[in-house]
Parts: sequence; C-alpha cells; structure tokens
Amino acid sequence: MTKTAERRYTYEDLSGLLSLMSGDEKHGPAATSTLDALWVLYDRVLRVTPGRVDDPERDRFLLSKGHGPMAYYAVLAAKGFVPVEWLPAFGSYDSPLGHHPDRVLVPGAEIGSGSLGHGLPIAVGTALGLRAQGLHEPAVWVLVGDAELDEGSNHEAIAYAGPAGLDRLHTVVIDNSSASYARPGGIAARFEAAGWSVESVDGRDHEALYAAFTAPHPGRPRVVVAQVEPKSA
Amino acid sequence: MDTMRDRFAPVVSRLLDEDPRVAVVLAEIGMADFEETRTRHPDRVINVGIREQLLVGAGAGLALTGLRPVVHTFASFLVERPFEQVKLDLGHQGVGAVLVSAAASFDWPAGGYTHMAPGDVALLDTLDGWTVHVPGHPDEAETLLRQAVAAGDDKVYVRLSVQSNAEALPVDGSRFLTVREGRAGVVVAVGPMLDGVLAATEGLDVTVLYATTVRPFDAATLRRATETAGTDAVLVEPYLAGTSTSAANDALADLPHRVLALGVGRRELRRYGQIAEHVAAHGLGAGSLRTRIGEFLRAGAGAQS
Repeated sequence: MTKTAERRYTYEDLSGLLSLMSGDEKHGPAATSTLDALWVLYDRVLRVTPGRVDDPERDRFLLSKGHGPMAYYAVLAAKGFVPVEWLPAFGSYDSPLGHHPDRVLVPGAEIGSGSLGHGLPIAVGTALGLRAQGLHEPAVWVLVGDAELDEGSNHEAIAYAGPAGLDRLHTVVIDNSSASYARPGGIAARFEAAGWSVESVDGRDHEALYAAFTAPHPGRPRVVVAQVEPKSA
Repeated sequence: MDTMRDRFAPVVSRLLDEDPRVAVVLAEIGMADFEETRTRHPDRVINVGIREQLLVGAGAGLALTGLRPVVHTFASFLVERPFEQVKLDLGHQGVGAVLVSAAASFDWPAGGYTHMAPGDVALLDTLDGWTVHVPGHPDEAETLLRQAVAAGDDKVYVRLSVQSNAEALPVDGSRFLTVREGRAGVVVAVGPMLDGVLAATEGLDVTVLYATTVRPFDAATLRRATETAGTDAVLVEPYLAGTSTSAANDALADLPHRVLALGVGRRELRRYGQIAEHVAAHGLGAGSLRTRIGEFLRAGAGAQS
C-alpha cells in the first residue's frame, strides 16, 4: 500500500485523486472550480502542514463553500492531511469524508461547512481571536463561492472587517457565475466599498493566483476574486 | 435594587482582567457599559455593530482560537435571529461560548413583541449540550455568570431578566434548591417566578423547589421531592409554558404522575404597558397561580380518593 507521507503528490496527481472519489476519469468544471486556488494555497501559500494542525502559529484555511468538497479532499490527501486510502469511501456511512466537510472528522479542516454563509463570520472571529492573543503572524483564509455571497451573513462580515482593519483576514471568492442575480464587477465592488484590498484574477492561472495571494495589503483585509468557467457553460 | 443586567458588565469586566482567555462580543447593545474596560482590553472587548449573525459567528471564531467568548445581546437577537449560527457555528463546530441575554420574555413590554423572547429556552432545547441558567436575583446572576465563564468550553446560556425575587438564594449552578417542604405536590419555581410561587402556595401543603439551572434538568431532586410530596408536579417558568414539561415527564417516566405547566402563553398579546400587566395577562400573578395550582392539586387528590 502506498503510504501518503512517503509520496510527494503534484498538481498533476489531483485528477487521479478526484477519480478515487467520483469513480469517473474526467471531471467537469463544477467539481474542479476550487481546485487551482486550493492547490496554490496549500502548495505555496499556507504555512500549515499535517504536523502543525494544532500549532497556534499555523495559518488557518476555512472552506466556507462546503458544496463539492472533492477538490478540497484531494488537496488535503495530496498534502498528507488525510490518507489517500480514505478517498474511495467518500460519502459513505463509515467515511469521515462527507459531501460537506466536518472539522471534527477531517484532519486539517478548520471548520465544518455546508450551510452557506458561515465561514466568513467565523473567519472574522478567528482573526480577532489570534490578534487578541498576540498571534500576529498567522494568516486567516476563507474560501467562498460567488453565489454564496447571496447570503446576508457574509455582508455582515465584509462590512465589519474592512473598517475594523483586519489585515490578517483573506477571502478567496471562486466566481463561476453561479449566482442568479449578479452584476459584472459586483463582487469586487462590494468588498472595495467596505475598504478591502481587492484583486480579480484568472482562477486557473497559478502564477496569477500566487501573485494575488501574496501581494501586500497593509491595514486592510484582502479579497481575491478568482474567475473560472461559468457553472452553466 | 439594581438589575441582573446592571451586574453583567462589571462581572465580565473583572473576568476580562482576571482571565486572558475571556473575550466579550457585543452587537452595540450593552457597549456603553464596556467603554472603560475596552481601553484596558481593546482586543478582547469586541463590538461588531448591529450584526447578530456575525456576533455569534465571530464568537465561534474566537473559540476556535482557544478563547472563551461571552456573547451578549437581547434574547430575541441572540438566540432567535441567529439560531442557525448557534446551532452550527457553536454546536456543529464543536466549540463553546457563553451566551448572555437580556430582555427575557417581556422585560420591556412597551417595546412590544419584537423585543420579547419567551421561546428562547425552548429553542435551545432542540440542541444538544447546552447548560441553561435562569437566575432569579442579581446576586445569583453574578454567581451563575462566573460559573458559566469558568465552565471550560461548555455551551452555556445565561438568561438575565428585570423580573427578580426580593432575596437571593445560594444557588450552585446545577441543583434545584428545596425552599419549602410539603406532602401534597411539588411546585418547581424557575428563576424570577419564586416569589410569586411562594406567595401563591402560602398555606398549601406543597414542596417548592427553586430552579436556576434548568438544563441539564435536575431530575434527581425532583424525583426525591416526589417521595414525600407525591407525583403531582407543577412547573412555573418565566418563559414559554411547557418548556420543561418533557424534562419533568422524563424524570418521572416510570411513575404514575401528573404535570401542570405554567408559564408565558404562546398567543401574542399585542399589548404594551408594564411588566406587572404582562405577568397578570399570562396568569403568572400570585392570585392566578394559587387558583390554578390549587385546582390542579385538588383534581389530583379527587382522582386518587
């Protein structure tokens, strides 16, 4: 049996890991809308490893958009947080890996999600909690979907975090045009109006994602809107 | 006399001084009372504005980093409006917090139904693992607030009210106290209902238990009381009538028993006015309680003879 810890997985391996869960060789855009952003974060940006999941100094990544978590599990498996052997049982009664992640069951998952609009407010509290303990290094990241931003709870968090100057807070919006009511540029505009540092990038371009994820944003929270293929395309 | 709510900021301010894990999260309501404390603890006195989903969600985030959040606003906006945050951000995430509410069932009757939350404890009853304190006096509120914050990472709800008893009792944060002993029924008075219950049952041969921690429900003390006072039980609660009926039934499940549930009615009164007028309208004044408790116990005695 392949030991996860002994093997180094690359981006090219993720499709095979997804196949262990889906049973299909090919994956549509919906299943992989988050895959590139997740990979760049876990591969090059987040300061967290399987050995540091309880380290107060680790970066926190909160998957708020809990729907379609196969890409998340694939990345967690590739990076050794969960055993690759867990993947084939995805969604079954005895599997820790459900169709929405549960932080109590999944090593490395900072939150459980599924009901939309919970991650950003929790991320705000996480950033506040770290600051209150003098932990100024760890970054807090939360990933949301464009349609998830329909939920008003997000707007409570966005409107608070900007004026509060939570500069350790980072949001990635995966924009696959799945909101029924939206205007061009509306997502960036809402964050911008609340005082966030904003950048929109091609959500499939790893270098562009990396540059956007690592750009300085002193005194302000940061949002990266990662545009991918429309869900309905 | 000062109110339970008057004690909240001073007690929590002292806890902020004493324990670096403690943080208080507010949504404007109550902020003025923390201004001075906030200068000492700017990062642990947090006001998120009028945003109650964020209030509870941010509290959960603080808990995820290891802090002990004390989250406060009116009961309607703490338990009812962000109920899914209470269910998921605390319960499902597996973290704790101390939720401290003010305004109770009808502390501000002139404010109308939007500021009344008689269903708060019943709502929390749909969730697992909550401790619920319902103090009946400002001194008890102080004791129970301290216990709540000290309770590790437990999920604790503290329900503060203007309604209050004249004297404090030595509450311990878990057990019902036996205030009076009799042989013909057990009356459980919850929090601020005690004075009314004692007046209502004056001269009646009943045991009166005083409950300030209602979840977990102290089934053992209720059962013990029924050994001498029989299994006719009356619950007098300052929130929705019947909230604890199933808990009392479960406590007495293997015994023939009767339960009368008194409390705040479901029907929206659409009345303003004063607290005393709402107490009377819900039949919770001493005279009405005496009539209803007396009729219930007499009916039981008749059935047994």
